[in-house]
Amino acid sequence: MLTCAVPCQRLYQATAEPEGGFLTQLTFDNYATDGFFDEMFDENGRPRPAAVPLVDRIRSLPEGELLARQTAIERSLLQMGITFTVYSDEEGTEKIFPFDVIPRIIAAEEWAGVQRGLRQRLLALNMLIDDLYHDQRIVEDGLIPRAVLDMADSYRPEVQGLDPPGGIWCHITGTDLIRGADGKMYVLEDNLRSPSGVSYVLQNRALMKRSFPQVFATTPILPVMDYPARLYDTLAHLAPEHVAEPCVVVLTPGVYNSAYYEHSFLAQQMGAQLVEGRDLVVQDGFVFMRTTDGFQKVDVIYRRIDDDFLDPQVFRPDSMLGVPGIMDVYRRGNVALANAPGGGVADDKVMYAFVPDAIRYYLSEEPLLDQVPTYLCMRDEDRRYVLDNLETLVVKAANESGGYGMLMGPTSTVEERATFAKKIEDKPRNYIAQPVVSLSRVPTIIDPTAPEARFEGRHVDLRPYILYGKDIWVMPGGLTRVALRKGSLVVNSSQGGGSKDTWVVAVNSGMGGAY
Amino acid sequence: MLSRVAEAIYWMCRNVERAENIARFIEVAHDFALDMPGEEHGQWAPLIAVTGDAPVFQERHGLATEESVVNFLVLSEDYPNSIARLITVARENARSVRETIASEMWEQLNELYQWFRRETRGGQPWHAPSDFYRAIMRESALFGGITDATMTRDQGWHFANLGRQIERADQISRLLDVKYFTLLPNPGDVNTPVDDLQWSALLRSVSGLEMYRKLHHEVTVTEVVEFLVLNRRFPRAISHCLAEANRSLHAITGCPVGEFSNAAEQTLGRLCADLAFTDAKTIIGLGLHEYVDDLQRKLNAVGDGIFEAFFALRPISPSSQTQSQTLASGLTQSQSQTYA
Repeated sequence: MLTCAVPCQRLYQATAEPEGGFLTQLTFDNYATDGFFDEMFDENGRPRPAAVPLVDRIRSLPEGELLARQTAIERSLLQMGITFTVYSDEEGTEKIFPFDVIPRIIAAEEWAGVQRGLRQRLLALNMLIDDLYHDQRIVEDGLIPRAVLDMADSYRPEVQGLDPPGGIWCHITGTDLIRGADGKMYVLEDNLRSPSGVSYVLQNRALMKRSFPQVFATTPILPVMDYPARLYDTLAHLAPEHVAEPCVVVLTPGVYNSAYYEHSFLAQQMGAQLVEGRDLVVQDGFVFMRTTDGFQKVDVIYRRIDDDFLDPQVFRPDSMLGVPGIMDVYRRGNVALANAPGGGVADDKVMYAFVPDAIRYYLSEEPLLDQVPTYLCMRDEDRRYVLDNLETLVVKAANESGGYGMLMGPTSTVEERATFAKKIEDKPRNYIAQPVVSLSRVPTIIDPTAPEARFEGRHVDLRPYILYGKDIWVMPGGLTRVALRKGSLVVNSSQGGGSKDTWVVAVNSGMGGAY
Repeated sequence: MLSRVAEAIYWMCRNVERAENIARFIEVAHDFALDMPGEEHGQWAPLIAVTGDAPVFQERHGLATEESVVNFLVLSEDYPNSIARLITVARENARSVRETIASEMWEQLNELYQWFRRETRGGQPWHAPSDFYRAIMRESALFGGITDATMTRDQGWHFANLGRQIERADQISRLLDVKYFTLLPNPGDVNTPVDDLQWSALLRSVSGLEMYRKLHHEVTVTEVVEFLVLNRRFPRAISHCLAEANRSLHAITGCPVGEFSNAAEQTLGRLCADLAFTDAKTIIGLGLHEYVDDLQRKLNAVGDGIFEAFFALRPISPSSQTQSQTLASGLTQSQSQTYA
């Protein structure tokens, strides 16, 4: 059960009330989709079938009610300390991840197709990683140029030839999906290493159920709260076979990591120990944790620290976060690591361009999900095109994440484009470019504490979480991130992004229309 | 239970208890100063003496006035035992173990922290100092209540209780020492009804005046010492706190009370036995200051013993030697600061 008890209001008497005593009624009357694909309304301004119950509910709420719920949720988040750390921010390093009460709604029928596509993709990605660390058939057969592999920063020669338990490399994945103006879903990134954000999905859902109980009672919204239990099963499944009751732990870089809250939340929800590197020690070919009763053997580690920091004896020698000798234990099969070190190689932004080929190569199937067309600056022809069209493209550094190291062509300045052109010519392998996808939008409350509070469309993406244990499970929905700045397409929390609950709604199950 | 987690829980509770006691001392001094206008300066120096950090204070502030003492003990960001730092570190401790403790405990400390930061944003809480300190005492008591009402009585709770009781005993002994020293420079004054106002203030600062009055109507030094050191039933008497701590310590190891399995149990057991079989006259005869000094040395030894027995677990094989170095760094350092 989620621990979302309403925190007591005692210390907040003086400051808890929202500023001003005004009542604002939010309506969709003046809401405009502005030519974008809107997730809630069709091009004629009619609610999409799966969104009807919610739109009706919002219309029937008493004056000021929706804003009051929005404010109450934000206060709960701060009191529960559900915050993340902003690295560049010296003062007040903790912020709540902004949350908007209007959910993003997806029809279950559409979702079924997305789910099939994600399963297919993940299966192929795991085969790709396994191949790259074994015979490299796909390179030998000429589908992926050797140069791409040689230059991938995330390729780990240290795990060449290694067989992870069950042959699975990516147990927990958080694929980023976006919807374009044409209404189609595209895969934007695979995030095969340590995708974060799933705790927000669970907290958002818990808060939404409290805010809109009537909608949940009358609409078949697919549940997500079983994620921690499924995650635990996935992890326990990795334990060496002879271990009857595996000891599963979550390994965090520590309290100052930006995703620390999530690490601790997941450990708590799974009933697993949350450990830091300094809690673990390698002895006689096994990993142990130091407890008040002595050393206790650890069987499975859900590690939320990067490959580089995992083992100073194998990777970065200056790492204080990892456990010296752990890779040796892993090689002997005496401890399981999720995700397997080295899996990030398929996450490389250049490698991404070859995933559709990999799906055809390994599965002899056509990819079910589209992905964004990608120009590789390492190819002469592509590079010329990119350099000639910088103002219409998004340029990304191949080895950066979190929205850093990016050029947004249409909103860039002449100087920024010149800087990037220089970078591309210096290190072509390091850059890829993609056409700007005009992300779909969802109505979002703007200026919730001001008298002019209103709905406006804001761009969103979607990160469903996928577990690969005995079989592949795709979370119904996932984390919807929203770019809160008007017109912005960057949804990262480090750059003004917030989140929304995501509802996968079964429209035709008979209950949907009853409301 | 992980050693790091046990240590964080132990220090979380010590830090909250320490913050509460500082608030208690200041609140009573403030209140007392209002009764004796003109003589209030004498009230503030002992509060600094209690901490054992008087040289640090003198270097920074010189004369002990309400303003300088509050700046030092409440607001200072670079004095590790100010309420501001104690609350911050306690919250960090809680954050580092929030998957182990009840969510309500974390939320309580998070809320206390946010509130404290808001209240002190503009400097000293001059408008209603008494309300301010009482709020800290109340929130600390609430934290203790939540701890007791939500934690399973397993190792986690026993480490929490151990930290809380040892810190409480330590604080009371310091308070007694300093008050005794300022109030009774002349040993011949013992057992005469001394300055009732002063000793009442001392009892009030541990919420003990009313309970004391139920037992004794007159305030005498012997009976105050008896009450605060040796009483087995008053929850803020040293003897009571240490008996509680001893029970938790033995619950952690599984070793029966009356025996010992490590140095902490040995030292604490002896101390408890000594408190059980002595009386106030003997203590005063020996000299209260000497007695308290010795008690604090033993409490420090208990603290060291706890660290060695539960938190400082070292690997045996030479391949993993770096591990024991990291244990002594990072958070551990900020947690294990004790009074000089």
